Amino acid sequence: MTRGSQLRGKTAFVGAATFGIGEAPGYTSIEIAAEAARLAIADAGLKLSDIDGLFICLPNDFLSGLTIAEYLGIRPRMTNNSRTGGSAFLTHAEWAMLALDAGLIDYALICYGANQRTGAGKLVSAQAPSPFELPYHPNNPVASYALAASRHMYEYGTSSEQLASVAVAARQWANLNPEAFRHGPLTVDDVLATRLVADPLHVADCCLVTDGGAAVVMTRADRARDLRQTPIALLGAASATWHTEISQLADLTVSAAQESGRRAFAQAGFAPSDIDVVNLYDAFTINTIMFLEDLGFCKKGEGGPFVAGGAIAPGGALPVNTNGGGLSYCHPGMYGLFTLVESIRQLRGEAGDRQVQGARLALAHGNGGTLSSQATCILGLPETV
Amino acid sequence: MVPEEFRLTQPPPTSTYFEHLAQGRFMIQRSASTGEWVFYPRMLAPGSGTEDLEWVEPSGLGTVYATTVKRNKPPKEDVNIAIVELDEGPRLMTHVQSVPAEQVFIGMRVRAAIVDGPDEARILVFKPDEAE
Repeated sequence: MTRGSQLRGKTAFVGAATFGIGEAPGYTSIEIAAEAARLAIADAGLKLSDIDGLFICLPNDFLSGLTIAEYLGIRPRMTNNSRTGGSAFLTHAEWAMLALDAGLIDYALICYGANQRTGAGKLVSAQAPSPFELPYHPNNPVASYALAASRHMYEYGTSSEQLASVAVAARQWANLNPEAFRHGPLTVDDVLATRLVADPLHVADCCLVTDGGAAVVMTRADRARDLRQTPIALLGAASATWHTEISQLADLTVSAAQESGRRAFAQAGFAPSDIDVVNLYDAFTINTIMFLEDLGFCKKGEGGPFVAGGAIAPGGALPVNTNGGGLSYCHPGMYGLFTLVESIRQLRGEAGDRQVQGARLALAHGNGGTLSSQATCILGLPETV
Repeated sequence: MVPEEFRLTQPPPTSTYFEHLAQGRFMIQRSASTGEWVFYPRMLAPGSGTEDLEWVEPSGLGTVYATTVKRNKPPKEDVNIAIVELDEGPRLMTHVQSVPAEQVFIGMRVRAAIVDGPDEARILVFKPDEAE
């Protein structure tokens, strides 16, 4: 039996919400997270007191699980603020799946909120600097991703124009999403005309810094059937960690998404060609190219031509980051949970002008650290279970 | 006298590395039994778990594996940040100096040098290898 396949479809997402996307001036991070949580619980048709499994991870509060339990006034059976960077929320879904299936909890809440734009005014990272990197003062995280991009260009001829086309596709999706922070026309030339931050990455190759919160609610499939929303099944969830500092990644063109994706697909019993919509953590334009390759949507080295050909943009063969992604929708420091929320919205058919017609299966993928922690979830409509 | 089973097994790897550097020596670890080179310095060789690590001076020669330019606001100069693969195998983050930051290229042969860093400590950098 495939490892983990007994968990396939045993749990489902029954609530999802976002709050304060873009700018939420005056709000604290915990206020944003709590409001997203309230909205997601209401979306599920549940009460706050139903929640007995609590999952959260904030950039600047290492004990945020305790903070949010107190703030919400609940006494969860399980509190988990484990952190693997921006992928944490997809690993939370993996842990929630296990705990729900084991009967340790009945309703899991995964939530996030941050005020990095109007509060901190810059990206807040929780990654401890390595004593072996610190003396060189790399402008991380961008420098580490730029190093990976340099290697991808060297090995596969990936170009700055191809990288830029990722940002262009993200903006085209954002233009269909009224909730997105950045709207307006954007061309490859526009991206290349922005300031270089760490070669080959320009400002417009980098994710936004915004405020925003998100939350999802999970339960077991048997309970999910009786709730308000169409339950969105969790068909596969897997994560992988290969390194933390970029110099320690064996091949800078291959991330652990290759492993997390392979295991998640095996658990779900589906292949990349079955997926209708992909939402992945595009902290930088190179991420989208690498993850599409690593997750099996195109061959290694072909990500550049794939994205430049319009495949991932509206009207393309593979809708990617339909909310506008971290590049144009929002990026409040840790983006992972937003890949789950958008996947749920697409599968429920709630995505408005950006709706992918007939979407049955979605892949959500989170990235943490500097390409370090990778987590993949495969979600589907009830008929796919 | 601390009983043998409670004794510290080896000098602390991180501070040992920087002490060597402060004294002008680039030293890294190598397993006595397997010959595997290790960087950054650790209590054990990653993966194999071998603990018989000795401090050895590598050749100092390496090849640029990846490179970027950290763009600073003028008048502060742009800075090269690279990953160099040592001829012995391990990779490390560093600066390639003595050439304009954007002229550093993947595949460039480089040689280690120890210079005063921007902070208090001396740092390991690399320069184009004149011999090649």
